[in-house]
Amino acid sequence: MSDSAAPLTTADGVPLKVSLRRAVRRSKFKALLLVSPLLLFLMIAFVIPIFEMLSRSVANPEVVNHLPRTVAALEDWDRQDVPGEPVFEALVEDLLEGQEARNLGLLASRLNYERSGMRSAINRTARGLRTMDPPYREGVIEANARWGELDTWKIIQREARLYTPSYYLAAVDRQLSPDGQITRAPDNLQIHVNLFWRTFWMSGLITLMTLLLGYPIAFLLASLPLRHSNLLMILVLLPFWTSLLVRTTTWIAILQSQGVLNDVMVFLGVIADEARWQMIHNKIGTVVAMTHILLPFMILPLYSVMKTIPPSYMRAARSLGGKPFLSFRRVYFPLTIPGMAAGGILVFILSIGYYITPALVGGQSGRFITNYIAYHMQTSLNWGLAAAIASILLLVVVVFYMVFNRLIGVDKVKLG
Amino acid sequence: MAIPSYATRGERIWYYVFRGICALIFLFLIGPLLIIIPLSFNAQPYFTFSQEMLTFDPAGYSLRWYQDFFTSSRWLNAIKNSFIIGIASTILATVLGTIAALGLSSRHMPARGLVMALLISPMIVPLIISAAAMFFFFSRINLAQTYLGVILAHTALGIPFVVITVTATLSSFDTTLIRAAHSLGANPTRTFFKVVLPLVTPGVVSGALFAFITSFDEVVVVLFIAGPEQRTMPIQMWSGIREQISPTILAVATLLVLLSMMMLTTLELLRRRGERLRGVTPG
Repeated sequence: MSDSAAPLTTADGVPLKVSLRRAVRRSKFKALLLVSPLLLFLMIAFVIPIFEMLSRSVANPEVVNHLPRTVAALEDWDRQDVPGEPVFEALVEDLLEGQEARNLGLLASRLNYERSGMRSAINRTARGLRTMDPPYREGVIEANARWGELDTWKIIQREARLYTPSYYLAAVDRQLSPDGQITRAPDNLQIHVNLFWRTFWMSGLITLMTLLLGYPIAFLLASLPLRHSNLLMILVLLPFWTSLLVRTTTWIAILQSQGVLNDVMVFLGVIADEARWQMIHNKIGTVVAMTHILLPFMILPLYSVMKTIPPSYMRAARSLGGKPFLSFRRVYFPLTIPGMAAGGILVFILSIGYYITPALVGGQSGRFITNYIAYHMQTSLNWGLAAAIASILLLVVVVFYMVFNRLIGVDKVKLG
Repeated sequence: MAIPSYATRGERIWYYVFRGICALIFLFLIGPLLIIIPLSFNAQPYFTFSQEMLTFDPAGYSLRWYQDFFTSSRWLNAIKNSFIIGIASTILATVLGTIAALGLSSRHMPARGLVMALLISPMIVPLIISAAAMFFFFSRINLAQTYLGVILAHTALGIPFVVITVTATLSSFDTTLIRAAHSLGANPTRTFFKVVLPLVTPGVVSGALFAFITSFDEVVVVLFIAGPEQRTMPIQMWSGIREQISPTILAVATLLVLLSMMMLTTLELLRRRGERLRGVTPG
């Protein structure tokens, strides 16, 4: 024992505090070193691509890149009347250059999102430019009337910046008028807000259904002796481990109009052969199939919470004179709320991001917003809009995920 | 949950009603998986039971859809692709994930919450968003429509499962065992192989199984970034369901249900082994 005035040292004379700090620093470094390969991999292969895609939702390089002269010539335009000859001359030069480089398509589709008819205005005018002589103003307007409209030029001027809110506005069924006011999109384009709401309320319904079906099962599993509950647990885990496509396929086989359920109903005489139920390719199909698919995600967290509730609580409530239902409602049920929250948020998050099942069994009316992201990615090729919808969806998911993390902690999730 | 002797008549009735409800829910859970098994032996190209099947006429049953499956070069190629991609991405995800889990479970790991959230993110982000993002990214670096691209994408998706299961195993790992091994004269290498590894293996293997099934069952990302050469089983099923719906899909589905039963059994055995090794008495 050293005397109390002298600092504690290790065997080789280094003060204990310094040595300890060094050791902590070393193990911090070691931990970080172990994590870094994975962190680096995920950053490159996942996180950066996600941000890169999300940045497409505001990126707007088309006008700036493909109409540089026009944009410059429009700088001191008074916005009162269709611009004069210098602007048209610049436009012709830009279009000629674009035609040579064969990249007018991007510009044409970009402006077409803002104002219909612009695609053909650009393509058709560009094709006729070779035979056109100055002064260009007359000829260009004659080639396509859009060039003679004030709004066209207002839009070109407005879109001459590298970032645009247009895609986000389109994602919530709004658009910018040529004068920069936010207005509702035409009725035939009012799709996305409805789809967002449908995705949310159907996911809410699916969450509720999994809760209603999952609660009794979790309760049964938690109250049976382990030997029996382990066996029954297999019935929960088997669907969990079975391919998503298998589970979706089987619902098609069961629910379709020539399927098992309808056949049984016809056989039993419940419905006539001609009046078979339409249960697939609509909302019913999506809700039933997804409830089945997501049910294990509700049961597992509920079960792990119920497992921690001592059975003596209920016995105590009963012995104090509580009727069974009252004791359940006042004692057991409140204790299971964390489990319901965990399962509920988990199912809801998974549900709003689901793509495969709604696409296969949802038909037109049972589709989710994710199906529209895919549509804009693959069919309409409006990637900016796809990115805008995706980032709104991602924001919702991240908010719910943070709530989930605060409540339970993601590393506490038991997988099977 | 036996009925206590003091239960009233109402409670007794409720007890059986409750069991009945639970049985129905279990039927909802498991019935759809079981129903496709007999359907896959249908001799007719329908998704439902034929007259002959219901009367147990042997003529109503056949193995033609299985024959279809095992002689179709498209399906066999799809299986091969699924296994190549699944195994390669599982190995990558397991190695990277296990090493990272070792770091994450250290007491001194800085910014643990943030790092964990980041590593888990592929599980949280909706698949369609990941798929779109990877489509742009892999196209730009010329990895779209290549095996490597799909493997790397699936590695990213499988990582959260490995990280979660292995950190869970490590958190219940008793570190005094390492000190005990040292004090008994084992060097670090020997300690790792004789003490740490056997205890951690069940967690690693179940993480690997999760990673494998994630890749094996994944459609959306493959749909976006794979070319015709990398068609996997799920893609083949997906297009089968959408285009030419044939009971071959039911045969495949039956085989996949059997596969998941095997996986589940493996996991259960691993769990028991893990409990036994850690000295926890199984229930």
